[in-house]
Amino acid sequence: MALVRIDALHKHFGSNHVLKGIDLDIEEGQVIALIGRSGSGKSTLLRTINGLESFDEGCIEVDGERIHPHETDLRALRQKVGMVFQQFNLFPHLSAGQNVMLATRIVRKMPEAEARELAKAMLLKVGLQDKFDAFPDQLSGGQQQRVAIARALAMQPRVLLCDEITSALDPELVNEVLAVVKDLAAEGMTLIMVTHEMRFAREVGDKLVFMYQGRVHEAGDPREVFANPQTPELAAFIGSIN
Amino acid sequence: MSYVFDFPAVFEHTDALLAGTGRTLALTAIGAVAGIALGIVGAVCRAWRLAPFDRLFAVYVELIRNTPFLVQLFFIFFGLPAIGVQMNEWQAAILAVIINLGAYSTEIIRAGIEATPKGQIEAAQSLALNRLQTFRHVVLPPALLKVWPALCSQVVIVMLGTSVCSQIAAEELTFAANFIQSRNFRAFETYFIVTAIYFLLAIGIRQLMMQIGRRLIARRP
Repeated sequence: MALVRIDALHKHFGSNHVLKGIDLDIEEGQVIALIGRSGSGKSTLLRTINGLESFDEGCIEVDGERIHPHETDLRALRQKVGMVFQQFNLFPHLSAGQNVMLATRIVRKMPEAEARELAKAMLLKVGLQDKFDAFPDQLSGGQQQRVAIARALAMQPRVLLCDEITSALDPELVNEVLAVVKDLAAEGMTLIMVTHEMRFAREVGDKLVFMYQGRVHEAGDPREVFANPQTPELAAFIGSIN
Repeated sequence: MSYVFDFPAVFEHTDALLAGTGRTLALTAIGAVAGIALGIVGAVCRAWRLAPFDRLFAVYVELIRNTPFLVQLFFIFFGLPAIGVQMNEWQAAILAVIINLGAYSTEIIRAGIEATPKGQIEAAQSLALNRLQTFRHVVLPPALLKVWPALCSQVVIVMLGTSVCSQIAAEELTFAANFIQSRNFRAFETYFIVTAIYFLLAIGIRQLMMQIGRRLIARRP
């Protein structure tokens, strides 16, 4: 059974119909790259999967946890779905280690010592074991984003959502973040990424989903989809990037 | 000028000065802790538009910020007994200080809360924090840090303002000054010393509060 099931999902922002019936199944361990022009609904789709956006019709199920339109208590779902943001969103008053420990301490009620060990392990995973006590303003953008990944991983999510996580980085810092994501993919983490890194999507992705005007316009194996786009819209999109 | 200064005439009353200083500090400390706590509650009600409390706090804030502290104090001490609310001078002074600082800090802290970037709240939500946990751990500490200098200034203003509590016979520092100069007739020396004490208290409170902000809220060494 699919780990993430999205059925007939519709969403409106006022009179603007942004998601027009999305059906998408994601298997455990898959890496999904969501691509498309801005306004195509890809970020909105991603944000509905952990309830940061509500939806109007349809259903989302993650690891047996079902959410229906306009549901407000999403904490059970959110424990299964981690998220990394474009702007990192580290908590500025907490050190890197405290950022990683916060949710395990107060949501999972983990004892201090155990949470600390877990946070150290997560920072080690992203290559920042020596930055436990550094504050966000003492870290580069790439380091901050890796702390944000460690923070999401500490909650041991079944799925990790990545919303354009390299778009706010200086070019020379992009690769250190992508390398971490690549390691996660190799370990079998289920990843859903909105990304503009087409080369990365092609190399690491198991499935490419091209969104166009609120619909899944084309989907499939990234290498094939890039080599043989079936629709003129995808062909034009690929052309506009290269 | 033939005036001969006589500062020792003031220092004969060191006990009264120390006692007054201690009471001014105690009044300020209680007022600051409770007033800022009240301000946090008010700021949450205002920022989250929790009806009907948001309206009540809005009225309260306007009422307090647009009337003199001395009149507020007189109303509590001399006015309220008419409707059966009796208080001694210290209870009235403490209540007046809390109510006064609560109003100002509501507005100050609200500004900090409303400046929270949306992404901070989304990050907390994505980590499955509930609304209260998000507020307590993610919204409030940076909000307080942002407005902490303004809060420190307000506490200093309130501390200086407690001098009017001498008017309801609360025996704080200004009361002590009035008492001493009525005994030794050394108005210049007495008020000079007391002015210096207030000045040092103001500097000291500001320094102490900035330290508290850095250590306790930002948790930085």
